[in-house]
Amino acid sequence: MTLTVLTLLQQFVLLLAALVLFLSFVLLAQPRLIAAIHLFAWQGALIAAVTLTVALAGHAHHLYFSALLTLVLKALLIPWMLHRLVRRLGLERHTEALRWPALAMMAGVALVIFSYWLVVPMVEQGLAFTRNIVAVSLAVVLIGLLMMVLRQQAVAQVLGFMSMENGLFLAAVSATAGMPLVVELGVAFDVLVAMVLFGVFFFQIRESIDSLDVDRLNRLTETVDNEDLIQ
Amino acid sequence: MIIVTWLIAFIQALLIAALAPLLIGWVRKVKAWLQNRRGPSLLQPYADLRKLLVKEIRVPHTASPLFRASPYIVFVAIWLAAATIPLVALDLPTSRIADIIVLVGLLALARFFLALAGMDAGTAFGGMGASREMLISALAEPAMLVAVFTLAMTAHSTSLVSVIDHHLTDGFLLRPSYLFALGALLLVALAECGRIPVDNPATHLELTMIHEAMLLEYAGRHLALMEWAAWIKLLLYGVIIANLFFPWGVAQDFSPLALGLGLAAVLFKLMILGAVLAVSETALAKMRLFRVPAFLNLALLLALLGLLSHVILEVGA
Amino acid sequence: MNMTPALLLAGLAVLLALGSSAVSLLASRDPSVLRRVAMPLIGLSGLAALAAGLWALIAGGDISTTLPFGLPWMPWQVRLDALSGFFLMTIGLVVCAVGIYGPSYVRGFEHGRESLTALGGFTGLFLAGMLLVVLANDAFLFMVAWELMSLSSYFLVAFQHENAANRRAAFLYLLMAHVGGLTILLGFGVLSGFGHSFAFDAMREAILSPGWASVAFALAFVGFGMKAGLVPLHAWLPEAHPVAPSHISALMSGVMLKVAVYGFIRVVFDLIGQVQWQWGVTLMVIGSLSALVGVLFALMQTDLKRLLAYSSVENLGIIFIALGLALVFLSTGHALLGALAFVAALYHVINHALFKSLLFLGAGAILHSSHERDLEQMGGLLRRMPWTGAFFLIGCLSISALPPFNGFVSEWLIFQSALQAWQLESGVLRSLIPIASAVLALTGALVAATFVKVYGVAFLGQARSRHVRHARQGTFGMRAGQGFLAGLCVLFGVLPTQVIMLIDGVSVQILGTGLPQASAHGWLWLTPISSETASYSAPLTILLLTLVAGFAFWWFLRGVPRRIRRSDPWDCGFAPPTPGMQYTATAFAQPIRRVFGPLFEIDEARPAHADGEPRYRLKLTDRTWGLLYLPVARAVESASRRVVRLQSGNVRTYLGWTLATLLVLLWIIS
Repeated sequence: MTLTVLTLLQQFVLLLAALVLFLSFVLLAQPRLIAAIHLFAWQGALIAAVTLTVALAGHAHHLYFSALLTLVLKALLIPWMLHRLVRRLGLERHTEALRWPALAMMAGVALVIFSYWLVVPMVEQGLAFTRNIVAVSLAVVLIGLLMMVLRQQAVAQVLGFMSMENGLFLAAVSATAGMPLVVELGVAFDVLVAMVLFGVFFFQIRESIDSLDVDRLNRLTETVDNEDLIQ
Repeated sequence: MIIVTWLIAFIQALLIAALAPLLIGWVRKVKAWLQNRRGPSLLQPYADLRKLLVKEIRVPHTASPLFRASPYIVFVAIWLAAATIPLVALDLPTSRIADIIVLVGLLALARFFLALAGMDAGTAFGGMGASREMLISALAEPAMLVAVFTLAMTAHSTSLVSVIDHHLTDGFLLRPSYLFALGALLLVALAECGRIPVDNPATHLELTMIHEAMLLEYAGRHLALMEWAAWIKLLLYGVIIANLFFPWGVAQDFSPLALGLGLAAVLFKLMILGAVLAVSETALAKMRLFRVPAFLNLALLLALLGLLSHVILEVGA
Repeated sequence: MNMTPALLLAGLAVLLALGSSAVSLLASRDPSVLRRVAMPLIGLSGLAALAAGLWALIAGGDISTTLPFGLPWMPWQVRLDALSGFFLMTIGLVVCAVGIYGPSYVRGFEHGRESLTALGGFTGLFLAGMLLVVLANDAFLFMVAWELMSLSSYFLVAFQHENAANRRAAFLYLLMAHVGGLTILLGFGVLSGFGHSFAFDAMREAILSPGWASVAFALAFVGFGMKAGLVPLHAWLPEAHPVAPSHISALMSGVMLKVAVYGFIRVVFDLIGQVQWQWGVTLMVIGSLSALVGVLFALMQTDLKRLLAYSSVENLGIIFIALGLALVFLSTGHALLGALAFVAALYHVINHALFKSLLFLGAGAILHSSHERDLEQMGGLLRRMPWTGAFFLIGCLSISALPPFNGFVSEWLIFQSALQAWQLESGVLRSLIPIASAVLALTGALVAATFVKVYGVAFLGQARSRHVRHARQGTFGMRAGQGFLAGLCVLFGVLPTQVIMLIDGVSVQILGTGLPQASAHGWLWLTPISSETASYSAPLTILLLTLVAGFAFWWFLRGVPRRIRRSDPWDCGFAPPTPGMQYTATAFAQPIRRVFGPLFEIDEARPAHADGEPRYRLKLTDRTWGLLYLPVARAVESASRRVVRLQSGNVRTYLGWTLATLLVLLWIIS
């Protein structure tokens, strides 16, 4: 496959997919919560742009609606809810730097190569364009999971989760030219409900352990460590 | 024909040395405008050079002969590197001497002597500057090479001429890899040329300087050469970025019209780049030294993503 | 061309080395024998090896013969082909320089307490061992020569054995050399199992199943990699190499490590033959790791010779990256690219031999005149030892891979072959290889930082101690030895096309492909693939550098009166700077130490505000000690504690064990 055989719109989809991947990396290493939420909003906007481009390229009318839905939900509503949540939790100035950001980045790069290696035999040669985007989407999903592993802060973990969802959506849009509208609405609704539930949980967690550091959730285990007894 | 091409190459080399102070003057002028000052004349760097060239030379008692040889070596290495890049025209004989890896090597040679010269006087500042310069260059080098590799793998060549040629024949393509490589090279250029936010060329505050710390003991003609070399280096990075990513306008044959158009195009591109540099320097603040690794980490990330998006998205397997 | 004279010359080189060893026995009577006879014989042996190697490379054939020694059913066989010739040439060049340098250097030991007989005797045996390894054509002679090399170098490491640290280093070296020797032997065992003979010719003909080939590769890689000091098996190298006398350090780092590379190439590329791409990836990963870890630890050192030893780890890493690239390309059917990477590896082999020996000889010259190895005590040596300073600068520029010196050419070739990764089918390999070359770029920049530190702290600035302030120029022989190597560094950098034409024969012989394009555009242009892909012209670079420099001099000096005023350096308005105010080697490395912190085990004690006598203490340890070596050592100790229970002290118990063993053995063979 070479780039020259693709139409300009297809090239634009590739460019946007690459930018989504880039934002995943930046999200992974962003220490400030508010900035991370903004990055997430931009990622949602890019996904919406991908959907719009695919709609333009394939003349798929229901995708216009899908793009609009993505934009409203992922680029506006959820970031706004997260923003409000962070303000109400008093975490505006919260920062949490990774210990070795360069290593996290290298791990992310390894995940990208791994997902490419994984996807290549799965999709046949003729669909190189789709396959390459699926590889990138898989990488976005895996990096989202990596972010959930590396971050201690619960809100940052939610961001990781949401960016995983972004990756899945990217794959769905580019590989199948969009899911049926019913499914899409269902997924969007699920995400929204998940967001609300997260919000409720945060307050509960903070009431019981006075922090949103998920490492401290260990304290909720029933067996009490000796160390805790000493303390 | 060979004589003509060599002649054009020679004129181009002289042109690069002659244009470098102008670029610096332009950047300073735009910065002054942005700060609501009128600023010195565009030609002020030429006047500075002239003045420094005729001034008396001072050499510390503690310095060895290497101290006096270094300005010449630094200047010549950087100038030679700059002479091999396509400024106005492609396919000049000088560009065969060095591909982009040799170019990086020549710049490294200049840096090596610059750092040694900094340490030669045996003062704390010189050593400090040398140590920091080597740290920054060590972190910038991988990002630079990966970014360059991405372009080279697209064109299947490390020769700058071939890369630009390939870009021109392909016409306008939206390459994610080029976008990332551009970002990486911009960051690397800021770090390597010692601009804000990595280093501040205008400061002489002891604890923050890097490049200036190494030049602290230089005076007169030596200082002029060192400063001039640094300006040429900035121009070199500017031309590389302008002509690699936006090659349109560069002369592909040696007719006077094409050459004239090429010169106009490159001047225009450099003017834009200089203005962008001035805006970013006005908007950004200088970072602490130990924030610089994160900055260059970003450059490396961009370069690696450029490489991966080239391999995954643009070529496929 | 007739190859017989080449083989005779090689034999002469071995005999001269053995002769030098024999002559040294007289040194206990007359210490000057070493300086007057033994060292010149070493030099002549190097000259003979150089001639033999060049002859073999230029003639391009191979010749083998059977020696009247060895076991009755297994006589020793020797063979001289292009690969052996290349390594003979490498050994010869360095040994020549050591032969010139050595006489003045060993003079320093004439009034010492150490035995000169041991020094001279083992130097000769060491050299003979190395030459025989390269010439051997069967596994038996190879292993005998290998052990001769290892054992005699052990005695050279232990030469100054009054120092407990030296004894410890030597023991560690002996231990590692034997573990390595064992795995090599097992590797040959696998090969001879398929070839039904210990002769290399039979092994070459044998066809291995892919699984056994991988086993043989792994054994050879571990064995030779241990000798070559690849991470994580490198811990002995920075302990052992620095404690030997400097000219021996030059031989060990410059040549003996190359013999390990020779063994690896011989076994993997020549004897096994059928290569797999996974091997190449393994080599690249381990090579990148060695390069990066080696240079970072080199940067942290303050002992000059230890620093150089760590830098050898780094350079061997680079060589193995190139060999890994060659394996990847060969196994995927790109023979031309494989040849390019292979030639790059060999080019780096000879380059590293030249500049590392040069730097060790320079360190020896400093040690000789100021008795100082610690960088923190040096400074301002350029004005006291101008020749050594100039040659050392050439060494530093070469090792930092700066154009137009030799180190640059080989790194450039490695980059060029890595850039051809786009021809590979596999996307994963296409993205891994550029990442390996990014590591190489990082390494290159860190090497430059290391040698800026070395040169800036040792040769520039002001002297930091009294010894160094009174350092004096070395003798003519010492300077000539360094000058010889420095000249070669420049020559190999400026005339890459000729060198590649010379090395090309090795590639043709081992891989069946050369680089026809490299010199297609004449001697001026180096174009490894094609002139559109990449070109480099070192002669023109040099020419233009000097022309432009001359022009610049003329332009700037024209008409302006030469007014140069000497003044004090800038002192911020306080007291004039003293040597103690200079940046130290530790301070120079501090930013990089901080950025790459997780790699080191740092034990740092900073002075508190209230300290009356503030002291700064810093200790860096290699993490591999805690991760690899100490657990192994502990396991061995606990195992031996269990075995100790057998040692009851009762004679009849021992006899009982003997009886039991005998019965078991008889039962097995029946």
